[in-house]
Amino acid sequence: MRPAFSVVFFTTATGAGYGLLALLGVLAGLGFVPPNFWLGLVSMGLALGLISAGLLLSAGHLGRPERAWRAFSQWRSSWLSREGVASVATFVPAGFFAIGWVFLGRTNGWVAVAGLLAAIGAVVTVCTTGMIYASLKPIAQWNSRFTLPGYLIFSAMSGSVLLNALLQGFAIGSTIALAGCVLLTVLGWGWKLATWRYNDGLEIPTNANTATGLAGGTVRSLEWPHTEENYLLKEMGFRIARKHKARLRQITQVLAFALPALLLIAAFALPWPYAAVLSALAAIAQFAGMLVERWLFFAEAKHTVTLYYGR
Amino acid sequence: MTCLPAQTDKKLGLVIDLDTCVGCQACVTACKEWNTGGHMAPLTDIDPYGGDADGVWFNRVHSYEHMTEMGGRTVNFPRSCLHCETPACVTVCPTGASYKRASDGIVLVDEDKCIGCKLCSWACPYGAREFDTDVGVMKKCTLCVDRIYNDNLAEEDRVPACVAACPTSARHFGDLGDPASAISQLVAERGGVDLMPELGYHPTNKYLPPRAHTTRAASVPAPALEPVRAEGGFLGWVDRMLSH
Repeated sequence: MRPAFSVVFFTTATGAGYGLLALLGVLAGLGFVPPNFWLGLVSMGLALGLISAGLLLSAGHLGRPERAWRAFSQWRSSWLSREGVASVATFVPAGFFAIGWVFLGRTNGWVAVAGLLAAIGAVVTVCTTGMIYASLKPIAQWNSRFTLPGYLIFSAMSGSVLLNALLQGFAIGSTIALAGCVLLTVLGWGWKLATWRYNDGLEIPTNANTATGLAGGTVRSLEWPHTEENYLLKEMGFRIARKHKARLRQITQVLAFALPALLLIAAFALPWPYAAVLSALAAIAQFAGMLVERWLFFAEAKHTVTLYYGR
Repeated sequence: MTCLPAQTDKKLGLVIDLDTCVGCQACVTACKEWNTGGHMAPLTDIDPYGGDADGVWFNRVHSYEHMTEMGGRTVNFPRSCLHCETPACVTVCPTGASYKRASDGIVLVDEDKCIGCKLCSWACPYGAREFDTDVGVMKKCTLCVDRIYNDNLAEEDRVPACVAACPTSARHFGDLGDPASAISQLVAERGGVDLMPELGYHPTNKYLPPRAHTTRAASVPAPALEPVRAEGGFLGWVDRMLSH
């Protein structure tokens, strides 16, 4: 599948944004994060900014963006429509939570309830995003039990690393927050390795024989119906060289998992402000690494239409 | 509404005979010609005479080499929308632009509602949908909905343009939901198959596999020519001289 920048950025940014929003909603609502004006402004600004930027960019890649409002109508059958509804609905409690925290200086009472509702909305939205991909049968690498948990784990992981960087930046970091994001980063690493292992060993029943209805023997493409690449090949026939695939997997592992984990472990031992600098670097490296991961998620996915073209 | 109808009154579709298709592309051009002025017009072409030609087509004919223990053969393979009974392209649509008609089972796109998110083309395993970059919406085969019910056409012309154009009658149109219809009986008689049945889309269109190889036709080449035997006399002398 073609790794369009808008979709790669959208899923990475909103994943991190919703992860951060969910953690803020739960932790602040339960009183683990102080109702500080600047902390509230920066962290809610970052969470809602990442979400909004992702949503706006993904709406911008539509063929007819001016009709995007229509996408809220088919939530009964479409995961994409459900994602649209959930993402917009989440803004309501998130907005109340942000107003209560930032402008009223409180995270208890109704603000806490709004925070918990925003967290629930964030989790639901990430689930709908994951299901858009997990429900596509023509793409075996996505239509697996690894996809939905992957979206949830990566969202929690990148959100927790962002939250830790924010807390460290305001000199209120804790070893629990550090330990939490190290654990989630290691969990994300393990999940990604397991996903790659599963995908590399996939035995897909759909092949050129079942695609053409020609039973037995081998079916080899002699001639395409067209001389140049068409929409199908441009959109779904994207191929990645094996040597680049291996290299990009290494880059993903270093940037998204290994480097952030090492930086965060080092932050345990160092005093402020060094711990804060390392935490911020961990968050930046992980965001860059997750962009590569998401690019690979698309580039390595093989659509059944490529069978018709002998690819 | 992108929820699917529980059942359709008819299951209109195509049956394509891979035994008789000669890959002439007549159905392809007839489809393009009709539909670029039809229900889903235009079928935009980008740079049609340049080096990077691209455009929207509802019907594409591939050619394959099918090798079995019986030998190899070339199979021409027209590929278009199969108007599935459970089309995921419809249910994934977030806007309601894609729909399956309860009356005849035809899968259509309402171009005025399409936002061009392309998810339906990802959900179709067969590559039936093509995006029109110029108009910004998705397009697909309409089963010539503007021909098959068109009272202005003579009755024999009320078939999809691809069916009308086929010079070898490799394309058949009819109601596959009616077991008594000629097209259903053809499928039963020839053992028509679904494409990618394992994905569970339940395509309406069926493909008739090529008939089995026959042993009656000459399949052994003529014996190789033997070398000319040396002769005596004048001709033998010429032969020897020329052979030096």
